[in-house]
Amino acid sequence: MTTEARVSIFPRSLEADKPKSGLKLKWLKWIGQGLSGLFLKFAIIFIIIALWEIFPRFGFIDPFLLPPFSEVFYNTMVLFKTGEFFKHFNISIIRISCGFFGGLCVAIPLGIFMGWFKTFEQYVNPLVEACRNSSVLTLYPIFILLFGIGERAKISIIMWGTVWVVLLNTISGVKNVDPSLIKSARSMGMKDLSLLARVILPAATPSIITGVRLGAANSILILIAAEMIGSNAGLGFMIFYYEARYAIAEMYGGVVFLAVMGVAVNALLFRLERRLTSWHEKSIYFGT
Amino acid sequence: MDPRTDSAIGAARPTTKIEVRDIQKVYRVKRENGGGYGEFIVLKDVNLDVYAGEFLTLVGPSGCGKSTMLDLLAGLIPNSGGEIRIDGRTITGPAMDRGFVMQAYALFPWLTVQSNVEFGLTIKKVPKAKRKAISAHYLEMVGLTQFANRYPHELSGGMKQRVAIARALAFDPEVLLMDEPFAALDAQTRETLQDELLELWEKTGKTIVFVTHSIDEAVYLADRIAVMGTNPGRISEIVNIKLSRPRKGSRGSAEFGWIRHKIWQYLQPEEAAKEDFPPIGATDVAAVIDSQAAL
Repeated sequence: MTTEARVSIFPRSLEADKPKSGLKLKWLKWIGQGLSGLFLKFAIIFIIIALWEIFPRFGFIDPFLLPPFSEVFYNTMVLFKTGEFFKHFNISIIRISCGFFGGLCVAIPLGIFMGWFKTFEQYVNPLVEACRNSSVLTLYPIFILLFGIGERAKISIIMWGTVWVVLLNTISGVKNVDPSLIKSARSMGMKDLSLLARVILPAATPSIITGVRLGAANSILILIAAEMIGSNAGLGFMIFYYEARYAIAEMYGGVVFLAVMGVAVNALLFRLERRLTSWHEKSIYFGT
Repeated sequence: MDPRTDSAIGAARPTTKIEVRDIQKVYRVKRENGGGYGEFIVLKDVNLDVYAGEFLTLVGPSGCGKSTMLDLLAGLIPNSGGEIRIDGRTITGPAMDRGFVMQAYALFPWLTVQSNVEFGLTIKKVPKAKRKAISAHYLEMVGLTQFANRYPHELSGGMKQRVAIARALAFDPEVLLMDEPFAALDAQTRETLQDELLELWEKTGKTIVFVTHSIDEAVYLADRIAVMGTNPGRISEIVNIKLSRPRKGSRGSAEFGWIRHKIWQYLQPEEAAKEDFPPIGATDVAAVIDSQAAL
């Protein structure tokens, strides 16, 4: 009786409440569903790769401008083998980690502070808006001017690109915590600091994570752009370098790798988001 | 005066739990034209005694300051004059001798039902094993043992409010302050929860101050009803409800209807009450109810 009641209220618990016989069959079914789902998800990508192979081979597109996919794949593998690729990759990873995580370390605590002290936020808000809405790359010359052409300029511009979006999302997350939650915690005699740690921060987490995801996408974009302008190593530089040397297949290899990396980072952050905000009712899963 | 409503408290005078003395609450508001600030008086000279173990409801039109009164009792907002004493001690802020239940449930969505119930206990630094025993006890009391590991968004409104009540009871306050807790629920769920609350109240012996805008709810639950008036907010009438308990099924009775009407009358603006709604004698009401029942 009670089990039935539960099922009718929560259809999702159906699986859990069923007897455990037929478990193997269910697994097989799940794997089958997973594979077909995977196929559907990537069908469009398979088609594009196929076209990418066919068009240059049959001369619909100049193979110099777009080498067939297999050639791109082969030449990229050579880059992996010789270690040429990882030389650039490592440098890029160091830059983006310093910039991105540095940005988070500034933006999240500052955002919590600004969301908490609303009057302070009111004064600073126009500045934050101005900074966020000015295109990051137009500021790059200024960063080069201030920090030189080396690592400092690149890391700081990535930081810049990360900070504002994370900051704004953190502020709005903290500011928009359901006031009844605060009231409820206060009614139990909770004081400011533990209120911040145990109510405000968890309640603001979904918004903060959204900011982090946007910041990550930003930072990859800025990394590549910064490496294309005035640099002698890194993935962005690598792509430009091969293009200038007419090593078109390798260039495409770099581009595809960056696309895959972008998707992977986003998927990773989505997993993190789902983990941290599993309680959130609107946590719908996109991506792999 | 009818002996059922307006009589003084009986011979066995109960002990006073909460004393509200000359409470004022004034908000500073910006004047519309010209600079400076004006004063908006939310509550003026409110005096009220709440007896230990009694169920007191506050009813009043919107804007009479009944929720403000409850926030003052909870210590969530400072008063502008007067004082509130609980067991003779003046309150200075929120504390765990009072539990607060809101209309919006205010459950922490990132915590399971069990962790929500244990929230106050963690503030009190109760050790884990003891917390678990206490939360299990109160979850059983509100009939949600099975849902201990669920998250609030998986629950219906009635269940959420049960969790909120369990959370407020878990840290064992002496007074339960409830701010229109059932107002967001559908009529049937509301009546169920009213009965459950009365049961909990009888089991735990808490003093309950319950704010509602539903006269029906106020009459059904209360030992006494404090009727509030507006402009400025004040307590205009205190009515003893001597309907026998349990009151399940008493809603249709003549006495219930009569009291409900009486409270409704108190809630009318003074002029209107005199002109449009002449007081109805008990016998008249009984006649009306008889004829309706005959239908």
